[in-house]
Amino acid sequence: MIIQAITFYLFAFVAIGAAVMVISSRNPVHSVLFLILTFFNAAGLFVLLGAEFLAMILVVVYVGAVAVLFLFVVMMLDINFVELRQGFLQYLPVGALIGIILLAELILVTGGYLTSPGFAGPQYTGQGTMQIPPPGQVSNAEALGQVLYTKYIYLFQAAGMVLLVAMIGAIVLTLRSRPGVRRQNIADQIARRPEEAMEVRKIPSGGGA
Amino acid sequence: MPDLMTFWTDYGEPTAWIILQILAVMVPLLVAVAYLTLAERRVIGLMQLRRGPNVVGPFGLLQPWADAVKLLFKETIVPSGANRVVFLLAPIVTFVLALIAWAVIPVGEGLVIADINVGIMYLFAISSLGVYGIIMAGWASNSKYAFLGALRSAAQMVSYEVAIGFIIVTVLLSVGSLNLSDIVRAQSGGVFGWFWLPHLPMFVIFFASILAETNRAPFDLPEAEAELVSGYNVEYSSMPFALFFLGEYANMILMSALAVTLFLGGWLPPADIAIFNLVPGPVWFVLKVCFMLFCFLWIRATFPRYRYDQLMRLGWKVFLPLSLFWVMATAAFLVFTGTVPK
Repeated sequence: MIIQAITFYLFAFVAIGAAVMVISSRNPVHSVLFLILTFFNAAGLFVLLGAEFLAMILVVVYVGAVAVLFLFVVMMLDINFVELRQGFLQYLPVGALIGIILLAELILVTGGYLTSPGFAGPQYTGQGTMQIPPPGQVSNAEALGQVLYTKYIYLFQAAGMVLLVAMIGAIVLTLRSRPGVRRQNIADQIARRPEEAMEVRKIPSGGGA
Repeated sequence: MPDLMTFWTDYGEPTAWIILQILAVMVPLLVAVAYLTLAERRVIGLMQLRRGPNVVGPFGLLQPWADAVKLLFKETIVPSGANRVVFLLAPIVTFVLALIAWAVIPVGEGLVIADINVGIMYLFAISSLGVYGIIMAGWASNSKYAFLGALRSAAQMVSYEVAIGFIIVTVLLSVGSLNLSDIVRAQSGGVFGWFWLPHLPMFVIFFASILAETNRAPFDLPEAEAELVSGYNVEYSSMPFALFFLGEYANMILMSALAVTLFLGGWLPPADIAIFNLVPGPVWFVLKVCFMLFCFLWIRATFPRYRYDQLMRLGWKVFLPLSLFWVMATAAFLVFTGTVPK
């Protein structure tokens, strides 16, 4: 047990420390790198909880894809660090307000869970009694699939549609068709035959073309 | 000292056992990486009617060690204006990621360090992290060549990962498990029972995608020595450079091992014949990995480099739709024939 405790505190403290560094480091690229470290430790905590599938998904999606995009954008920015510092006090009230709201909501959620656990459970949200499979008998992925593709199939599909709409929106916003751009048309190139591409002429000697 | 004894049996012994297992994988792997560099030069030499390095030791067998010693004794240069910490962290990240993925690769029946349920997810997660070493190196070098090389490399790896993900899903659909040992066991029945045959188009796409994922020819645009000098690792010297090099080759071996596990039946013998069954599983595994690696080198000696827009077209407009279609086709086939694995 002591090993589990040590591992938990290791992951937890590194996660918190890295999260603090995300918002306090001066260089935005370092911030993103610390964000990645935070994700990693969160994945470690998931593994400790026995949710190894979620842990891997967290790494694949957030570290492998989302954070790469962050890093891309941040690296390409031409940032003036001095200017960045100056706006700090200006944004402090808004930031503090958001922080306080988040904190209050977290306290409400945790408090609500502590006083009446299961209040937000399936039987109270109109989903009927759910059979939660006992842990250890089914694998993570199977347990997730059993609820995700049965009870919550419409919500799951709706989430997918939202992402699709966002993706199409981003493409539409950035797509420009410039005139005069010559693109490679591979089908055309392959379909080309010697007869239409070149002309063989008989040149009489001394006559020229 | 009863306390110390229980401490040893509870924690000390398992830890020592795990460390032994790790060494049993790491040491052969690093030797394999060293000899892969030699094999590459020799094989390409033979294909181009040259001799390749044959002077250091018999058949040039000591060449990798000569190279390693040379790199070790060079000076580590950190460019001025480079971000020192990130600059030195990048090769370490690349190298470590190439090694830790081996924890879940089964080299034989039961011969795996961590036989976890989500083995293939773990591998996919680790391989999707490989891009960080390269981006960090490109950014921290504070050099335009390195940065451009890193951008190319990152975009390429991210693009081909999508196709690899879908190909993995097709294999998972036909196995019904995320465990790599289960994936191998599902391919029993000799060479025609392996997944390369029913998933032949996916095997071809997978092979092309792992070439792109490991930045190998014909997709080695990140290094494109004619345009980018050498890509993301221009500014590196000595051991940091060696770590990149080792990481890249270890990744090649890893991806070959993954292809063998997914499509070529892992440690299983090619036919259920007594002589074949006598040969231990790891030998078959190593032979198959060697075959895949030979294909890597063969392709490098054969094909010219892709242009960047062609590379992106191939990844997004050919491989992605094809693999997506194959996922649907496999799922539909399994459902309609009632052969969905439990």
